Amino acid sequence: MTAILENPSRRLFLKTGAAAGGGLLLSFSLPGLVRAQGEAPSGVGANPFNAFVRIAPDGVVTIAAKRPEIGQGIKTSMPMLIAEELDVDWSAVRIEQAPIDAKVFGEQSAGGSTSTPDDWEPMRQVGAVGRALLIQAAAQRWNVPVAGLTTEPGFVVDKAGKRRASYGELAQAAAGLAAPDPKTLVLKDPKTYRIIGKSQPQSDTPAIVEGKPLYGIDVRVPGMLYATFLKAPVFAAKVAKVDLAPAKAVKGVRHGFVVDGGTELEGLLGGVVVVADTWWAARKGRNALEVAWADHPTSAQSSAGFIAKAAELHGQPPHRNLKTVGDVEAALKGAAKVVKADYSYPFNAHATLEPQNCTASFKDGKVEIWVPAQNPEDGRELVAKTLGIKPEDITLHFTRSGGGFGRRLMNDFMVEAAWISKTVGAPVKLLWTREDDIQHDFYRPAGFHRLTAGLDAQGGLTAWRNHFVTFGEGQKFARAAGMNATQFPFGAVENYALDVSVMPLGVPTGWLRAPGNNAYGFVMQGFTDEVAHAAGADPVEFRRKLLGAPRLIGEPGKGDSFHTGRMRAVLDRVAEASGWGRKTPKGVGLGVACHYSHRGYVAVVMEVAVADGKVEVRKAWAAVDVGRPIVNPNGAEQQVQGSVLDGIGSSLGQAITIENGAVVQSNFGDFPMLRLADAPDVEVHFVTSDNPPTGLGEPALPPSPAALVNAIFAASGKRIRTLPIGDQLA
Amino acid sequence: MSTSLKVNGQVHTVDAEPDTPLLWVLRDVLGLVGTKYGCGVAQCGACTVHIDGVAMRSCVTSLARVGAKAVTTIEGIGANPVGAKVQEAWKAVDVPQCGYCQAGQIMSATALLAAAPKPTDDEIDAAMNGNLCRCATYIRIRKAIKAASGQVEA
Repeated sequence: MTAILENPSRRLFLKTGAAAGGGLLLSFSLPGLVRAQGEAPSGVGANPFNAFVRIAPDGVVTIAAKRPEIGQGIKTSMPMLIAEELDVDWSAVRIEQAPIDAKVFGEQSAGGSTSTPDDWEPMRQVGAVGRALLIQAAAQRWNVPVAGLTTEPGFVVDKAGKRRASYGELAQAAAGLAAPDPKTLVLKDPKTYRIIGKSQPQSDTPAIVEGKPLYGIDVRVPGMLYATFLKAPVFAAKVAKVDLAPAKAVKGVRHGFVVDGGTELEGLLGGVVVVADTWWAARKGRNALEVAWADHPTSAQSSAGFIAKAAELHGQPPHRNLKTVGDVEAALKGAAKVVKADYSYPFNAHATLEPQNCTASFKDGKVEIWVPAQNPEDGRELVAKTLGIKPEDITLHFTRSGGGFGRRLMNDFMVEAAWISKTVGAPVKLLWTREDDIQHDFYRPAGFHRLTAGLDAQGGLTAWRNHFVTFGEGQKFARAAGMNATQFPFGAVENYALDVSVMPLGVPTGWLRAPGNNAYGFVMQGFTDEVAHAAGADPVEFRRKLLGAPRLIGEPGKGDSFHTGRMRAVLDRVAEASGWGRKTPKGVGLGVACHYSHRGYVAVVMEVAVADGKVEVRKAWAAVDVGRPIVNPNGAEQQVQGSVLDGIGSSLGQAITIENGAVVQSNFGDFPMLRLADAPDVEVHFVTSDNPPTGLGEPALPPSPAALVNAIFAASGKRIRTLPIGDQLA
Repeated sequence: MSTSLKVNGQVHTVDAEPDTPLLWVLRDVLGLVGTKYGCGVAQCGACTVHIDGVAMRSCVTSLARVGAKAVTTIEGIGANPVGAKVQEAWKAVDVPQCGYCQAGQIMSATALLAAAPKPTDDEIDAAMNGNLCRCATYIRIRKAIKAASGQVEA
């Protein structure tokens, strides 16, 4: 039984079926992958997890969370959408992680803060179809028209006949009905929401607090061995010479072997694997190795070299122009004041607290994989290609992830585990050391910006030029090293130019929480602050003037289009909440920044004290517009607070530096994380504008570093233009 | 080598070398995986357990050093009335995001509250600063400690 559902982003096929234990089961599939109408959906019903909703005869409602939980709260917030429209009590809901099966669940990744905007409508429709089927079942049972029936949480109610039936009683009958066309269903009026918009605790909290096995690192399969993989410090370099005997002599070590590896930085790389009965034995074996690494073309690259090359490129005409509006040169010539500054930031690592790991069991040409991943389908392709097996011979299971931040969008650890299991012929859990994790990341690319702004006699911005030096070759940027051409103040200044020059890179780069924006927020909003001061304007007032009349810059519906009115509203709210403009004692200052990314508008104010060469962040305020409703206010507050603090932590001390082609840092001693004593309170305000809800894993981070450095300037007169702040205040 | 090890009130005979860090005995030998590996060098606190009631980093504490002392892990901390109170506060405040560090946080917080039933902010800073949270749930960690000690409502 199949129904077709129209949706702005994709067409859904809703199916109904009987659950294994009796009751109703709902699932949907993407077009092209759905079975013909009437054909038994294989697996549905046999596997109690491969559908979105299961209603047991006793009324317990089980909802599948289709996307990976990496700490962003999606395992709770998306089932809330289904439960709301199904009309059940949240306390009657059990949540289970869905298996990885694109045929049944469609997109199952977590990245780009897209889950909420993409799932907002389809998940509510899944719930609404379930509710309609239960009503239909009741109508048949009582032989009354559907129109006279309604629901209360967990019950179909016949008001005229003064009778009610529980969902549990009706589930079996409902499972035998054809799903209605969702277009005919009316979704709830948001005013009547009982679940959406109310703070719900994260569903895994009790299990986490009790230390239950949830994460990739906790997976145990029968006969499993433990692996460690020593990769070349220089990315993609190969083993020149190694004596495996000392490793094999360690008690508990079963295997030691060389992986030749390829040249693709995101694939299987060269190194030495040690496999043992316990991870500690494997680690001891690895410590006994002495490996000579082959020379590699990138062995000479260094952060110092990149910095020197960027300075050289800034002195030359840019390689190309990404966007020009008006005539920047002429405007600068005619400007009353010209402001120039260079901004830069280093490579940065994700450093998820759970180091990369994966458990794989290869047998008879097929492999089963348990993995904390953000985008496992890419991993399936990588494993299939590298091991020479068919994608359909790979079975993937999600585990909870001990942090993601974009690191687990890459699947290098997955192909490594599969390769090792195939080589040793046993199930293997591969666990990276913290040092492996810091030194073999896909780093946020470093970047170098030469900014020039022109002001007229009234202090108005007339010109803005950014010569961005980044990594790439020719027209191609290194991964996550490009920049969208319409970063604000594009659209708000008459003369605008974004130029780029690129230099080659042999360091793997990737998407770190709010990719690009986590650095551009610092650059654009830090420089905007400088320009405001040069104009003799208050930083909030200057931004208000720059935003101007409420209007959309860019094309409607496009991810990078920007509404100045929405930004103005969060700016106003944060100014009010923080008491912007109040007098502060000497050495104390307030800084502001606002930035748009991932469809979210966020403004942040920080209050800092600078003394004895150190900065203390006393408090932060954040105002956020991600539309309405805020699906789970509890989770939303967590994401905003975490993102703002993440921005503080990364700005204070985090840098990955390259020397002799390899990463210098190795652990939390030289790659410092924010600690509790340095974490201020973050007061969160939501401006719930009349727009559909969007994601919140990322957009609150980008304004944070700029608010911090702007506050440091207000407190001390010291302008920070290079991250991390480190000892620049000494 | 066979060694006897007391964990959560139960004595186990474990086959492990004496220099093996307690963390890996707990995780890979006993299957008590609630205690987490984060750094291996006592810089993140994810592996925090109690040894005779004292919060210790199990990643740098060898089996030999534990000897006959009593080990308590996250799986057993609920049997301790202070630990149970901390766990309840963690749930009521809904502290975790990714959750990976939280076992270590709870073990450190329980040790703090056992020594200082109504800790000040400075005492919380000192006791908890060795426990990293990559998601930066620090605001709620502080609140949960104060809730567990009756200083604020959860």
